[in-house]
Amino acid sequence: MMDLLEVINSVLSKNGLITSFIFVGCIVWVSYFISDKLTDGKFHGSALAILLGLLFAYLGGTYTGGEQGVADISFLSGVGLLGGAMLRDFAIVATAYGVRFEDLKSSGLAGVLSLFIGVILSFFAGAAVAVIFGYSDATSITTIGAGAVTFVVGPVTGSALGASSDVIALSIAAGLVKSILVMVGTPFLAKHVGLNNPKSAMIFGGLMGTNSGVAAGLAAVDPKLVPYGAMTATFYTGLGCLLAPSFLYLIINIIY
Amino acid sequence: MVIYGVALLSFCMVLGIILGELLGRLFGVDANIGGIGIAMLLLIFLSDYFKKSFRLGDITEKGITFWSMIYIPIVVAMASKQNVLGAIDGGLVALFAGGIAVLLSFLMIPILSKIKK
Repeated sequence: MMDLLEVINSVLSKNGLITSFIFVGCIVWVSYFISDKLTDGKFHGSALAILLGLLFAYLGGTYTGGEQGVADISFLSGVGLLGGAMLRDFAIVATAYGVRFEDLKSSGLAGVLSLFIGVILSFFAGAAVAVIFGYSDATSITTIGAGAVTFVVGPVTGSALGASSDVIALSIAAGLVKSILVMVGTPFLAKHVGLNNPKSAMIFGGLMGTNSGVAAGLAAVDPKLVPYGAMTATFYTGLGCLLAPSFLYLIINIIY
Repeated sequence: MVIYGVALLSFCMVLGIILGELLGRLFGVDANIGGIGIAMLLLIFLSDYFKKSFRLGDITEKGITFWSMIYIPIVVAMASKQNVLGAIDGGLVALFAGGIAVLLSFLMIPILSKIKK
């Protein structure tokens, strides 16, 4: 009996990517079933699947103590590859196929503006929280503010400014909270903020900027909107890395 | 051939990421600036060009649309590998810093949507 389990475990681990197809297939099936039978299709199946994924990630993290959600469980390691940045970005690029360039051009200005406003707004929201919680040196305040931009901008800014490692860890956590809240919150808030057309999707992508949050948030609202949001979001982290350690740090430095 | 579609898609992605890296270097930032966005624009332009000059072919097209359709499952896998525990462990500072940033950003969507062009 133990042999059988061992064989199964080793086969599943060795064929990780294939196992991950089964894992995700089951989550999606269960989610659409629940969405259909229990909520009458009112709560979107893909939104439910993403929430269920996050729940599994939490359980996986608690069980293994790792940072990769279920991907730290050996026989589910393939989920890390399937859900990793490479395949995610590949699929995002694929969604652009069939997008009309006119739609992008007509909301270009709003998209660019939303990028700058998004980075600056998130930065100062994070910086203000840092101040309220008693941080008083410009480096820590800037790093935590940068973390509220995305969990990449936080550590990039923190190491450029020489922030302490616990402040950098905090900035990563702030970015994680942002990304997960965007994933969870978007399907609930979409209706109230008019997120239902290419233009508002581009603005959404530019304001939120977290690639994973935007990717999952729009998938749960309307997959047709994904390319528009992803298009602007992809410039966000770069812009954040550009502004946070330079221009925004200078402003914080003047205040403190 | 289905591989033509997949190859075209891959070519756009790699070229986009290279250009994004170079853009990052240009600005002296340790990050990729808009690589995936550039890749998407390349795909839009190339597929537009192919449609005008010669047809891409249904099967070739499937090499691209398959990946577009597998997008949601990939996002579910991505959700399953998030460091949810790390976000919770960050405590109140992380929760408020991230949470307020998200809330304010959502409030800006209807305001920015009013911009005409």
